[in-house]
Amino acid sequence: MSEGLYERARFRTAGDRGLLVEYGDAIDPVINRKVRAMAIALGKEPPEGVLEVIPTYRSLLILYDPLLTTSSRLEKDLLALEERLPEIQIPPPEMVEIPVCYGGEYGPDLESVAQSHGLSSEEVIRIHSEPTYQVYMIGFTPGFPFLGRLPEVLHTPRHKTPRTRVPAGSVGIANDQTGIYPIESPGGWQLIGRTPLKIFDPQRPNPFLLKAGDLVKFKPITPDEYRRLAEGDGD
Amino acid sequence: MEIFRVLEPGIYTTVQDRGRYGYQQFGIPISGAMDQFAYRVANLLVGNPEDAAVLEITVFGPRLEVLAEADIAVTGAEMPITINDEAAEGWTSLRVRPGDVVALKQVRSGCRAYLAVTGGIDVPVVMGSRSTYVGGKLGGYQGRPLAKGDLLARGPAEPLKAPRKLPPNFIPRYPSEILLRAIPGPQDDYFDEGLRIFFGSEFKVSTKADRMGYRLEGPVVPHREGMPQSIISEPSVPGGVQIPPDGQPIILLLEQTVGGYTKIATVISTDISRVAQAKPGDKIRFEEVDLETAYGILRAQEQALQKIRETFAG
Repeated sequence: MSEGLYERARFRTAGDRGLLVEYGDAIDPVINRKVRAMAIALGKEPPEGVLEVIPTYRSLLILYDPLLTTSSRLEKDLLALEERLPEIQIPPPEMVEIPVCYGGEYGPDLESVAQSHGLSSEEVIRIHSEPTYQVYMIGFTPGFPFLGRLPEVLHTPRHKTPRTRVPAGSVGIANDQTGIYPIESPGGWQLIGRTPLKIFDPQRPNPFLLKAGDLVKFKPITPDEYRRLAEGDGD
Repeated sequence: MEIFRVLEPGIYTTVQDRGRYGYQQFGIPISGAMDQFAYRVANLLVGNPEDAAVLEITVFGPRLEVLAEADIAVTGAEMPITINDEAAEGWTSLRVRPGDVVALKQVRSGCRAYLAVTGGIDVPVVMGSRSTYVGGKLGGYQGRPLAKGDLLARGPAEPLKAPRKLPPNFIPRYPSEILLRAIPGPQDDYFDEGLRIFFGSEFKVSTKADRMGYRLEGPVVPHREGMPQSIISEPSVPGGVQIPPDGQPIILLLEQTVGGYTKIATVISTDISRVAQAKPGDKIRFEEVDLETAYGILRAQEQALQKIRETFAG
């Protein structure tokens, strides 16, 4: 049993088109697994009027059409679905391996992150690429995955002044989280490496490499491998 | 079929439609026309499906050279419209011909106007929508606001058999003192005195007001003592009113996906159109309503749109 998992779902009103369903009050893999299971169950058996289900750390936001259903009807639908959850087949999460070239021009903050924790760059790479991370939420920019949990020894605050331009594919750290910038954007995370994979590509039939609930493992690669993979991904 | 050459783009003109649904779970916000009522009526006036793509024109409009015969209609904010320097009316269909120059000038009331054209603005459909999401550089015309020299195309459709005009009783007014109806929550339990201040005070729209959100200025809305000011990041809905630690409300709008501040209330969906027509300096008050009232207001608006459809069909 996990700390912070509610005994029963908690409903919050998010206007006349949104219902927020909370399953706990912590960033926790067990709570997030519950969120994922409910999101999948809702995808398989959507109640009438549901437009979109958005899973995050510990809650689901359900967007609905108030001309077709109401908040109170949805609450009943959700409680009924939750009771039947054990009967619904929830597939195991997908595991995605992400090659990352750490340090150098690809990870300009690797050395300072290492120094601030009294570690060598090699130790930071080893510690960062060791765990299997859970995608808790996608947001901020198209396809940006918020990954947890980052080993505590690497927790590092954001830059006080965000960079105006972070290249696509940059792998960063912000406090207890790690993530990947899918498109070039401003950003304040500590950049320790970069992946040649396209996390977001609107031209692909499925533009998104990751979804909430997936598992992610980083694989360190050399600059040569980075260049080879970046060319192979060229389209 | 090419329909417009952009001679001057205006301050901020984008292609928008109903919005991009189903991708917020991947970090793609809804986008779409901010004032959905004016947007839908613009399409009805030229005989389009209500979800066709239009131009959303902010504060100061573009100058467009017409490249093919078509019907256009301008709705929403009151901006002086000219065709070849002759004044033309809003909320009515206007026939334009090759060589005509359509121009919209400085807004007189409201903030955003909508220009619909026969067949709809034709840009590639990206993830189910033609709406521009500027922050993600996708959708619309090359993922950005219009620029001088852009060439816009329209979809195939027949011109109207008879001109259409919206009966004046359906035309909204856009006052500079705006009342927004809002439902408490999702985090109203993080506030006590703050709720009274929020629903009892007047706020001013700051200069930080765009399609992502409207930052307001006014009395500080305090959190309940001992309650955290931020929460675990969660998805946001258009109309959610975030209270950051400085106590100055931010109305979250259409180009926003997640947020980590508490939301004291949510503006009802029909009143997002009122926010869309608010500009910096305008005054805003919030009125507390419950869900049932909000559903009722939405049904009434749908009935009004149904009447408008019947007017044009008759």
